[in-house]
Amino acid sequence: MKNKLTKLFERKDRNLLNIFFTAGYPELEDTPVILKSLYDAGADLVEIGIPFSDPLADGPTIQESSKQALENGMSIQKLFDQLNQFRIQNSEFRIPILLMGYFNPIMQYGLEKFCKRCSEVGVDGLIIPDLPLEIYISHYQAVFKKYNLSNIFLVTPQTSTERILQIDEQSTGFIYAVSSASTTGSKSDFGSASLYLERLASLGLKTPILTGFNIKTAEDFQQACQYVNGAIIGSAFIKALQDDGKVESKTNQFVKSILS
Amino acid sequence: MSNYQVDENGFYGEFGGAFIPELLYPNIAELKENYLQIEQSFDFQAEFQKLLKDYVGRPTPLFLAERLSEKYGAEIWLKREDLCHTGAHKVNNTIGQILLAQRLGKKRIIAETGAGQHGVATATVCALKGLECIVYMGEKDIQRQAPNVARMKMLGATVRPASSGSKTLKDATNEAMRDWINNPEDTHYIIGSVVGPHPYPDMVARYQAVISQEIKKQMEGLPDYVIACVGGGSNAMGAFYHFLDNKELQLIGVEAAGHGIESGKTAATLTLGTPGVLHASRSIMMQDQDGQVVEPHSISAGLDYPGIGPAHAWLKVSERAKYMAVTDAEALEAAVECSKLEGIIPALETAHAFSVLKDLKLKPTDRVVINLSGRGDKDMETYMRELKL
Repeated sequence: MKNKLTKLFERKDRNLLNIFFTAGYPELEDTPVILKSLYDAGADLVEIGIPFSDPLADGPTIQESSKQALENGMSIQKLFDQLNQFRIQNSEFRIPILLMGYFNPIMQYGLEKFCKRCSEVGVDGLIIPDLPLEIYISHYQAVFKKYNLSNIFLVTPQTSTERILQIDEQSTGFIYAVSSASTTGSKSDFGSASLYLERLASLGLKTPILTGFNIKTAEDFQQACQYVNGAIIGSAFIKALQDDGKVESKTNQFVKSILS
Repeated sequence: MSNYQVDENGFYGEFGGAFIPELLYPNIAELKENYLQIEQSFDFQAEFQKLLKDYVGRPTPLFLAERLSEKYGAEIWLKREDLCHTGAHKVNNTIGQILLAQRLGKKRIIAETGAGQHGVATATVCALKGLECIVYMGEKDIQRQAPNVARMKMLGATVRPASSGSKTLKDATNEAMRDWINNPEDTHYIIGSVVGPHPYPDMVARYQAVISQEIKKQMEGLPDYVIACVGGGSNAMGAFYHFLDNKELQLIGVEAAGHGIESGKTAATLTLGTPGVLHASRSIMMQDQDGQVVEPHSISAGLDYPGIGPAHAWLKVSERAKYMAVTDAEALEAAVECSKLEGIIPALETAHAFSVLKDLKLKPTDRVVINLSGRGDKDMETYMRELKL
């Protein structure tokens, strides 16, 4: 059975724009508003971050948004409630939803219960940065399959070709190519990633690739799309949400600025 | 093989492992592939043992504390890690890791520190070996451990404040891990306790195991109790290591209860915590029902940590070791007692270990070893304030 994510890549396999935002940020009830606005503005897929008190792989912008979201009262339970409500009210919403979260809160919720709930509320894939490939295969792959969820793995410029091929073998949906060895949004430019993305593209993987970390502008986006299927923008969007104005218009403006 | 040592997948029973982001995979793989081979090589051991002897001042004495013995009605022995160069057991591990880092060709060293003892020990060995050193420390800890911050700077290290979360050890650890993610090729991260992803808990335990190896040699026969304080748990693991299979003796770890177990201001991880993944390893940690880390509190910056090494979680669950919790006030009282009875001002961390003597039902024939993990110089400001000296 195909989920919305795998169908997306059959329908469109170039210039895909994935926008990341943190659930419950800037305000607790903004999650559904941002989701709807991203869809209306033309994002191809969305990645929602589950806030965690100790987000190891995130830079200061996303870390700060997580802290704020937790203070706002966001939790996995609350997010599922919001997504469920959203699904009921927005039957036209067709783009894939991914959840990004650290392993501990998911483990405390209960991994099987979490995956079940994901499939019920229309989530298509998961990114759990601190759940390594080996532990995923030995303990959790069967549960992901049972609930038709794609597990998205990260690769970096330091990942060996052998490991990339292994990750490709185990992936459904897409592979998340981190553009440089860094935490999110911490390096100033995206340009230096070209050689690495070219190398990745030349491997002829079966799984599509989206690249992320340090993509901020339409130019970065276009550059990334030359080599891989699309790109993920997180920190730059979170920063845009900090500007004055209504969440809908800020979201719309940001997506348009990337796609223009 | 002992049931208490790490297995081939990096687990102690159900605890341990390497729950690392892919970004750290190459670093951890490099360590995992090399640490045992390097540690067991003749060249490494020759240099390690020589530095432990001539630079650290090992073996540290095992001292019979006669007045404490008289007071508690048993033989109380103190393993004098406070006499190590830099003033605490921490240097055993940093020497081991700097030698490993050099053999892996690393040029830049990062570390996290709570009380500053690990930071000082790291800055010291970096100076010794001429390597760049960056130490992450919580903003709050920078304020309460000013002398150690000055020592690190004098030794040539850069101290970077961690300003997120509780601004203590947990946050310094997050920042150090982020630095490592951003600098994967030339940097070695010297973790200061038996925490973090495999192989760190095993690696640090091996470097600290010199403590129990010496105790075993220095004592004629086995002691009845070995007692040590636990934050992350490195000094306790060092003191327990060679006794893990001697089940006739009791191992006691002492954690910080802060204002009290039920006060909400505590760092008593094993008493209150539940299984979870923090800092890339599965252990027991203080968390709320949503899996968010609960901010710890202890008067002692070195024990102010919401997690604990996975080996300790396993020793607790398998009931090989017993863990007790001691409040800030009890630790202060024990620090005064040790100072006045033995002429030794212990580190605040270590004072927690002394405090359980009053709660044990000791017999005159009992032989108790307390790991005196560090000296109290760094805590004088806290002692002055709290004890109105």
